[in-house]
Amino acid sequence: MKPARTIFGALWPPGVVLIAAILTLHVWARILNKPYLLPTPDAVAKITIDRRGDLLASLWTTTEAALIGFFCSAGGGIAAGMALSASSLIRRAFYPYTVFFQTVPIVAIAPLLMIWCGPGLGAVALCAFIVSVFPVIAGTLSGLLSTDPALEDLFRLYGASRWARLWKLKLPSALPSIFTGLRVAAGLAVIGTVVGEFLVGLFGPGEGLGVRIVSAKKQGRTDEVFAAVLIASLLGLAMFAGINLAAKLLLGRWHASEQDD
Amino acid sequence: MIVTAAGGFVIQLRNLSAIILPVMHIAGLHKVFDNDVVAIENLSLEIQPGEFVAILGPSGCGKSTLLRIIAGLERPSSGTIEIGSGKIAYVFQDAHLLPWRNVLRNAALPLELKGAGRSERTAAAREALEQVGLADAVERYPAQLSGGMKMRVSLARALVTHPDLLLLDEPFAALDEINRQKLDEQLRELWLRHRMTVVFVTHSTAEATFLANRAVVLSSRPGRVVADLAVDLPEKRISAVRSSPRFGEITHGIYDALERGGA
Repeated sequence: MKPARTIFGALWPPGVVLIAAILTLHVWARILNKPYLLPTPDAVAKITIDRRGDLLASLWTTTEAALIGFFCSAGGGIAAGMALSASSLIRRAFYPYTVFFQTVPIVAIAPLLMIWCGPGLGAVALCAFIVSVFPVIAGTLSGLLSTDPALEDLFRLYGASRWARLWKLKLPSALPSIFTGLRVAAGLAVIGTVVGEFLVGLFGPGEGLGVRIVSAKKQGRTDEVFAAVLIASLLGLAMFAGINLAAKLLLGRWHASEQDD
Repeated sequence: MIVTAAGGFVIQLRNLSAIILPVMHIAGLHKVFDNDVVAIENLSLEIQPGEFVAILGPSGCGKSTLLRIIAGLERPSSGTIEIGSGKIAYVFQDAHLLPWRNVLRNAALPLELKGAGRSERTAAAREALEQVGLADAVERYPAQLSGGMKMRVSLARALVTHPDLLLLDEPFAALDEINRQKLDEQLRELWLRHRMTVVFVTHSTAEATFLANRAVVLSSRPGRVVADLAVDLPEKRISAVRSSPRFGEITHGIYDALERGGA
């Protein structure tokens, strides 16, 4: 184990790409010289600092909605996956309809959600939920259905109860697959939230990053659009990292996908 | 307990069955799978309590299926199988441990599923792990173990309930020769100490000769009994047994039977 080298080794390749990308953008924006189309990175940094109060408030609103949507997806998706795994009849009856969550064009139905729930936190969180629930269902289901048959035999041989089979065998076996679903859902929840907030922005005032993107765009403040987009992306990244950390804590000792090197 | 062809269970009075049915009795066993493959055809076999029986046969001859039927994991298509009311343990081809549990909790699993208390199952698991030479590894996780160690944990998990009938399905086939011989010697030792009934499925004529008191050879699919040979070697077997003339004769006898059976 060489942690210092490992951290440096992990960070330098994306670091070089980041610096190169910022420099390229800067040079390009300077040559183009049209800040309403492409602001320079330092202009984006400046507006981020100048308007940090507003942006932080927006970030908080978006985070709240994204987290509510994500946790609903996690809870609902895992519960749905467990229900679907219970019998092949249930699966055949309901699974095709869960795919609906995957295929529904959220931009098209978001206005409906605004009309039904009002343009607020509820509707936005619902957008986040709809967009992010399917990967959790699919991950949970495939995890629960791919339990080692020999271990199922073993549990049967020792007269394990249905509950023991689920709790001591199927769910722990499914955890890596559930986490794969949760990782995808974390990013999608932020996307769903921002899309929801666009619509809120169209309906009137609001706080979220999506609202800010719409209003800044209306006023031609492209640098602020960039700042908000960047912050939203970082939020998605942070949620993804949070899931990774949880996965590491839960699976670290035993699952191959969570083991270093 | 008697499993009849129709799949109905006749539960005998427990005490009575232990007295009058100490012998495992398999008669006219047939197993046809859903895809019409006939795995076992008219197989009859009697196994005395405390016997160490090796079952050999070509790949796909239904050895594993037979073992699964004995364990109650599979139902015969027709025929009867009677086993006593004792405890059964099963060891698979691979270790099949729960990767999220350490060695101790893996070995304790059967008792946990049967509802034993924590202190009881921990003590029993430690004892079983000691018997397979893993007393020092109780805190480790399967990912940190070698193939041979994993298989030992699997064996300890089977022993933890003090089974009356131990079923093993080519348990050491994936191990290297040295590990395999070591585990064979250990298993023989364990049997000498506990005298449970052992049914051991294997491909290896030498392994069967070293381990068992009796070798049953099945034909290629559908499996029938081709030969039923006594392995008359000394009770206590050390490594040197393998180079004795009698060992070679018996191994050859099993080999010939395998050839006759169409291996």
